[in-house]
Amino acid sequence: MDWHLLISQLLNGLQLGLLLFLLAAGLSLIFGIMDFINLSHGSFYMVGALVGASVAALTGSLLIAALAAVVAVFVVGAAVEWLVVCRLYNKDHLDHVLVTYGLILVFDSVARMIWGPAGAAIALPEALNGRIEIGDFVIPAYRLLIIACGLLAAAGLYFLVTRSRLGMLIRAGASNRVMVTALGVNIDRLYRIVFAIGAALAGFAGILIAPLTEAHIGMGNEIIIIAFVVVIVGGIGSVKGAFYAALLIGFIDTLGRSYLDDVLKLFLSNQSAETAAPALSAMLVYILMAGVLVCKPQGLFSAAGFNRR
Amino acid sequence: MKLSKPIIAAGILAALASLPAAAFAERVKIGFVTTLTTPAGVIGEDMMNAVNLAVEHLGGRMAGLDVEVLFEDDNFKPEVGKQKTDKLVKRDDVDFVAGYIWSNVLLASSKTVLDAGKFLISSNAGPSQLAGKSCHRNFFSTSWQNDQAPEAMGEVLNQQGVKTLYIMVPNYAAGKNMASGVERTFQGEVVGKDLTKWGKDRQLDFSAELAKARASGAEGLFIFYPGSAGGAFIKQYQQAGLRDILPLYSVFTVDSISLPRFQEARMEGVLGSKSTMFWAPDLDYPANRRFVRDFKARHGTYPSFYAAQSYDTINLIDSALRATGGDLSDPDALRAAMRKADYESVRGPYRYGRNHLPIQNFYLREVVADADGDWTTSVAATVYEDHQDSYAGECNL
Amino acid sequence: MTPVSRSAGVYALIVVLLLAAPPVISFTGQAFYLDLLTRALILAIAVASLNLIVGCGGMISLGHAAYIGIGAYSVGIPAYYEVYNGFIHLGLALACSAAFALLTGAVCLRTRGLYFILITLAFSQMLYFTLVSIDEYGADDGLLIHRRSEFGGALDLEHPAALYYAVLAALLLFLFAMHRLIHARFGRVIFGSKHNDSRMQALGFDTYKYRLACYVISGAMCGVAGFFLGNFTHFISPEMMDWTRSAELIFMLVIGGAGALFAPVTGTAAFLLLEEFLSGWTLHWHLMFGLLLIALVMFAGRGGLHGALMRLDHRPGGPGKR
Repeated sequence: MDWHLLISQLLNGLQLGLLLFLLAAGLSLIFGIMDFINLSHGSFYMVGALVGASVAALTGSLLIAALAAVVAVFVVGAAVEWLVVCRLYNKDHLDHVLVTYGLILVFDSVARMIWGPAGAAIALPEALNGRIEIGDFVIPAYRLLIIACGLLAAAGLYFLVTRSRLGMLIRAGASNRVMVTALGVNIDRLYRIVFAIGAALAGFAGILIAPLTEAHIGMGNEIIIIAFVVVIVGGIGSVKGAFYAALLIGFIDTLGRSYLDDVLKLFLSNQSAETAAPALSAMLVYILMAGVLVCKPQGLFSAAGFNRR
Repeated sequence: MKLSKPIIAAGILAALASLPAAAFAERVKIGFVTTLTTPAGVIGEDMMNAVNLAVEHLGGRMAGLDVEVLFEDDNFKPEVGKQKTDKLVKRDDVDFVAGYIWSNVLLASSKTVLDAGKFLISSNAGPSQLAGKSCHRNFFSTSWQNDQAPEAMGEVLNQQGVKTLYIMVPNYAAGKNMASGVERTFQGEVVGKDLTKWGKDRQLDFSAELAKARASGAEGLFIFYPGSAGGAFIKQYQQAGLRDILPLYSVFTVDSISLPRFQEARMEGVLGSKSTMFWAPDLDYPANRRFVRDFKARHGTYPSFYAAQSYDTINLIDSALRATGGDLSDPDALRAAMRKADYESVRGPYRYGRNHLPIQNFYLREVVADADGDWTTSVAATVYEDHQDSYAGECNL
Repeated sequence: MTPVSRSAGVYALIVVLLLAAPPVISFTGQAFYLDLLTRALILAIAVASLNLIVGCGGMISLGHAAYIGIGAYSVGIPAYYEVYNGFIHLGLALACSAAFALLTGAVCLRTRGLYFILITLAFSQMLYFTLVSIDEYGADDGLLIHRRSEFGGALDLEHPAALYYAVLAALLLFLFAMHRLIHARFGRVIFGSKHNDSRMQALGFDTYKYRLACYVISGAMCGVAGFFLGNFTHFISPEMMDWTRSAELIFMLVIGGAGALFAPVTGTAAFLLLEEFLSGWTLHWHLMFGLLLIALVMFAGRGGLHGALMRLDHRPGGPGKR
């Protein structure tokens, strides 16, 4: 067993998991509180990356780029909620799917008009472009930064949800929406803020990953399905569930990609292991989800209250 | 290949029906199927620009006929590509169908075009099926067979004394072709191979694979990541600090579409990286100089190899029409003319094998900065002269 | 005119137009449009099968394209071994898609709502990745089908009009069967379970078994759509069961008006025409299409085209609840 490799892979899994968490947390809150299926959540991830790339190119500062991206996506999220989404809360899930798919097409087309089909790249400052080496153990500095930012954002969200008045309302909304309305809370404003926070988290994830993968049109659609899987495995409406599920899926996906071919070679021919491993590792997260739902049809940490169907 | 009677009858009927119209045609209609939407649209745009430039260089006419090019977007989906091809063949009644970035779109669409007795010209995709068993007298290519560039790369690796190799390719048919291509000629040991998730939810974070590659202790890393995935890969490769311990050998990854963005992101790591290809922007032929110069003047970037192949596609059609004096009614004459490849290709002279794929040189290209400081690829050596794909033998034409 | 007779009149007109299409099209010499119609009808079968579970049972599946894929591969894989017998193809399509629906449905139906949507998606993704990795059957390149299914001398699917009528016959047969099914006790139980499952269970119905049966019927029906699609395109590839295809099926259904018997036909036609028209018109057609989808839900009110049609009948009340 190569322990250096294993630790590297665990860190890689952690990085992927934290990114997924940033996406899934908003998605889960939006569904848990507003009962709204947002397929276009990935578009906020893309907008964050693209805006961040442009600002980075203009200012040369990744920090300003990240701040600008988060603010921009917060505003875009609030605008989308105000223009479109708030009119759909009383419609059924089919309508949500239809409208938010339409939103994906709109976001992708508009982004293409602004940034061109190639998208945009972000240059990393020299300090972040390097690696941290401890003995034989090497990890790119920027990946550590992603992990740090992801943990920080997770902690921030945790305090927001558990320690603030807004968080109290959010938790109350997730477990019993009817009651919160009955208590005289301005539910429209609460919804708008939750939606915008969710969007901003996705935008933050976008600008975090963009220096690694570049910002390109349609990047949100590549990850949104996995983010939904995280929401489902974690249990709808539960930020805690989203966190554990995201890490679980991050580790499983990364370790699957790393070790599955070696494992399969133990009892398959090299040839068939080579073919089967990538297919199986692509399926792992779905198998996990199906497995979880068989045992716990409401996910691992469901925040289900009285208004869950 | 077996064809049922009705299909042959339909083909003959279609050919007959087009006779009177074609004899008096005053223009030639070319359908061009490529990807214009989705992230891969950046490739299609490059091809479209090259086609338009080629038509413009011809003065909008081929052998006295007006040229009309109908572009269709395949949406990166085989079924949509086939639908658009149906439309071009059955409704617009084009004379030639060309384009096709992706093997699966080309395969799905080929039957429609060939059954209708029309010419199909691939401007990029080179699946082994159409090069081998399913070759067709009306199918031509201005590109290559998928395996050729990686085979050349395997040869380069041998020449450079690389003993152990790690391979990373996307998990789809062309990706597997690339891997098997390099494995066919590489004489050292392949110490690891990763097929990464591809498609609509493709994987762009290669952390786990790069960590494995580093741990494998290989002397070289072979990759194939077309389109925007290439950018993502190279960035992470550089950030992982692998440039000095695990030199990069790529095919169809580092091109004029990705290089300006690498430069924008100041990724010096890609300078000096090696790839194999049948063409480069600095190949010294008059046609190529003119093509590259005018393309750059128009669009501000070097043309990609996709663009070069598309430019050649139009000129190949032109050569056929010049040979028949603008007569579209005689497919045999057109075919015979195309087989000669008698035109000024941007890659220099080449000839066609019996499967109608080019027999051509393959070069080792290196990433360099040009006189203006722009990053581009430049020919470093000739790997193969007059190289033919390994499937031509299976073709019974 | 009463609502029922008005919509019945419209539907009868649609059927007559569909029956008359091939001679009319062949008269105008535009064979391409018969292709477009055939495609629309094939997808309408798939959408109709989705309508059975979504419209009646409230089970929104985002993995229904898997059955199209199963049906298509039931043609493509035997054809790869040069078995062209249409009865074998059709039988395989029905059996395999029903079996897949039974196995996955048994698991999926333990869940509801968003959980159901995503677990159906998960199973279709598993199938997608499996087929992408099988090199023998072309992996993601797919397989060409050189000859369409053969049904002896009775039916020559190679003939475009014959294929068209076969598809139309299957569609009408399915619609009729569905009509009978949802008005029988079976349909009432499914419908009741959608609205109040506990009450139906209290009444003594094992709703799980009813819903599972409904899901299996739907899957098998969609498999037939796949059988036709494989034959029609002469081609199979894993792309056929991509989740975006499943999403498109849902859109077609919603545009037509989920729950209404003829919604699959009108919805599919409207969707394909829109796509065809917009993509021919501008490269930015995704933008137009997206805006239209949004506008449709936000401003057109409930029930899609069907709802609009019903509102014409009695303006004040809106669409009548079925």
